[in-house]
Amino acid sequence: MLTKFPGSKKPHSSLRRRILQGMLALPAAMLLSHSALAASTAEVNTTGLAVTDSTVKVGILHSVTGTMAISETGSVQAEKLAIDQINAMGGVLGRKIEFIQEDGASDWPTFAEKSKKLLVNDKVAAVFGCWTSASRKAVLPVFEQYNGMLYYPTFYEGLEESPNVIYTGQEATQQILAGIDWVVKEKGAKSFYLLGSDYIWPRTSNKIARKHIEKLGLKVVGEEYYPLGHTQFNSVINKIKLKKPDVIYAIVVGGSNVAFYKQLKAAGIDMTKEKPLVLTISVTEDEILGIGGENMVGAYASMKYFQSLDNDNNKKFVEAFKAKWGKDIVIGDVTQAAYLGPWLWKAAVEKAGSFDIDKIKAASPGIELTTAPEGYVKIHPNHHLWSKTRIGHAQLDGQYKVVYETKELMEPDPFPEGYQ
Amino acid sequence: MSYHGFKSYLPQQDLLGFALLAILLLVIFPLSMDIFRLNLVGKYLTYAFVALGLVLCWGYGGILSLGQGVFFGLGGYCMAMFLKLEASNPEATKIQSTPGIPDFMDWNQLTELPFFWQPFHSLTFTLIAVIVVPSIFAYFIGVAMFKRRVGGVYFAIITQALAAILTILIIGQQGYTGGVNGITDLRTLKGWDIRSDEAKYILYFVNVAILFLCLFAAQYVRKSKLGRLLVAMREREDRVRFSGYDVSNFKIFVFCLGAAFSAIGGAMFTLQVGFMSPSFVGIVPSIEMVIFCAVGGRLSLLGAVYGTLLVNWAKTSFSESFPELWLLAMGGLFIAVVLAFPNGLAGLYQTWVAPRVDKWLANLKTPRPLTTNPLESRS
Repeated sequence: MLTKFPGSKKPHSSLRRRILQGMLALPAAMLLSHSALAASTAEVNTTGLAVTDSTVKVGILHSVTGTMAISETGSVQAEKLAIDQINAMGGVLGRKIEFIQEDGASDWPTFAEKSKKLLVNDKVAAVFGCWTSASRKAVLPVFEQYNGMLYYPTFYEGLEESPNVIYTGQEATQQILAGIDWVVKEKGAKSFYLLGSDYIWPRTSNKIARKHIEKLGLKVVGEEYYPLGHTQFNSVINKIKLKKPDVIYAIVVGGSNVAFYKQLKAAGIDMTKEKPLVLTISVTEDEILGIGGENMVGAYASMKYFQSLDNDNNKKFVEAFKAKWGKDIVIGDVTQAAYLGPWLWKAAVEKAGSFDIDKIKAASPGIELTTAPEGYVKIHPNHHLWSKTRIGHAQLDGQYKVVYETKELMEPDPFPEGYQ
Repeated sequence: MSYHGFKSYLPQQDLLGFALLAILLLVIFPLSMDIFRLNLVGKYLTYAFVALGLVLCWGYGGILSLGQGVFFGLGGYCMAMFLKLEASNPEATKIQSTPGIPDFMDWNQLTELPFFWQPFHSLTFTLIAVIVVPSIFAYFIGVAMFKRRVGGVYFAIITQALAAILTILIIGQQGYTGGVNGITDLRTLKGWDIRSDEAKYILYFVNVAILFLCLFAAQYVRKSKLGRLLVAMREREDRVRFSGYDVSNFKIFVFCLGAAFSAIGGAMFTLQVGFMSPSFVGIVPSIEMVIFCAVGGRLSLLGAVYGTLLVNWAKTSFSESFPELWLLAMGGLFIAVVLAFPNGLAGLYQTWVAPRVDKWLANLKTPRPLTTNPLESRS
């Protein structure tokens, strides 16, 4: 009921076909060389984007200053890595990708200004960027008005489906439903305490969680929100102790996490005992760096990617990421999703045979990526990704151990019926 | 007003300054920039309204407000509420559980439009509210503070607290205000698409025209008896009080005037940028606006406009060239300004340019005594 089949054998057969195609195409492309491709710039770019015979310009728009810089830096690094790798493979339609980086400065109006600059002034062929919902909401009208293409990496609340955006992170139902089903089935959870930072993502996510929990015939014993940056969680921790829920469902965001998990531990709630069990959708490996592995050990997280994921794609990705950005770096869910952006764009451009935004929009649904670190992903007609959801168990070293993954890809459903 | 009266309010050198600014904003910028850059200039100029209010409050009245973002935000939010209601017609919002209300209300499980949103269906009400709401708010703050002779640093701290309180209120009440995201995706004004290039040109010129009206109003205040009283209060408040003036009333008036200017700027901002968010209301933007004023020279009306343009232009171009280091460059600029020319751009003008202009003006006509200096320096 929760997952749908993307076509059971398709990934494999298409992978084989793609490899074959690739092998055939390689020598052919070498023979054709630049001159043949160069002649067609007018063809592959009919709307005046910044595409030349040998290069194509794209934009990277994240906060590298201000409060969000800590979270968004990983995304910038992942996007740059992907661009490097694509260039090393010969670029997109024979053109090397050049990026123009702009700073959103953790300030939504600045995001709007810079996105307009990238689209109107620089005429970039695609933008990889934004992190918070607020920044995406600020740039969305700009992308729709000037017809740009945005690859947005963060897991978010859904309720949006723009033809000008490819959402490479999970929308709320993908992240939430599988996680709750898992704790109910595997851990026998019957009561939940919902907790979050006070803005649209945690609120919408908890709304979906509550509906789902109530549909399963189980109970929500409390629901509370605190402003971003809040650091006093003692009163809610006392309430939790009083109500004794089976699960604390926590969507605390940013710096507040540090205070929340430390105070939870100080209040004598040992998460490794799982009484109550803590399930979060907001703490990636990046956040654990700040919280400290010893304060987080024992908690569960439900998202689509963990650095410890055991597959060849991911091993290569982690290795390349560390080689480029330092060996102590950690990679969270959003960083991986950001890494997908340039690859999905490349696939769409090649499928469309053009850099034109309208053709990329039309070509995007159905695009598959077999080389994604998270495994196989595919773009749904609603411009979100089919992806698996996984449960990670926080370890002392700040990494998650993957304890469960959905058998099938979860269908993205940004406007879930019955959950609004 | 007679010709002579006019002349005393706008002496020759000031007139020249106004004319130069008008040429710059109305001719040079529109001819030399594409619509993207011109729209950015339009956005910067909306901050100039705030800086202009600060010149009167702080430069002349000696009232340092670190919460002007509150009024900018109130004006901007009033305008945004009207535009949002127009953008949320039942047709455009039919996928929502409750069509016809703004999208963020729907996400927050509101099922009907809150009562205080209702009047914002009317454009006339909105335009009045843009000016009246912030002015009344400023009036209450002014009465509460100045009647009790709260001033100086204490007043600055309280305005800062107000900015923080209003930000928290807006973010906390997201069902009614749009929360952190703000009010986004504004499309039309009475059916007129404000996002088109043509609309942006028109809005730019409307913005400049209103800025000049405010400049003239500020100039009138500056040159009137009220302006003299403000300077007197700034220098020696007690003496003014002992002369029989009710100091607090003048302070309240100029504070309200500054608030009204800021609010007009906020409303123009919303129209030109297409959204409003709490990030303009808080402490940081409020202090930034004081910096615009300081860079321009806090005693100069025109300086406020130039200062705002310079700082924002620097901000945009630094951040485009060095996305990771631009904040340091901005810091460097501010330190340089404070060290090298503490009276701001206007100070530079006064030391280096003004004497020459005076000489030139004097030579142009028959020799006559110099007109009053446009920038009453304190020294």
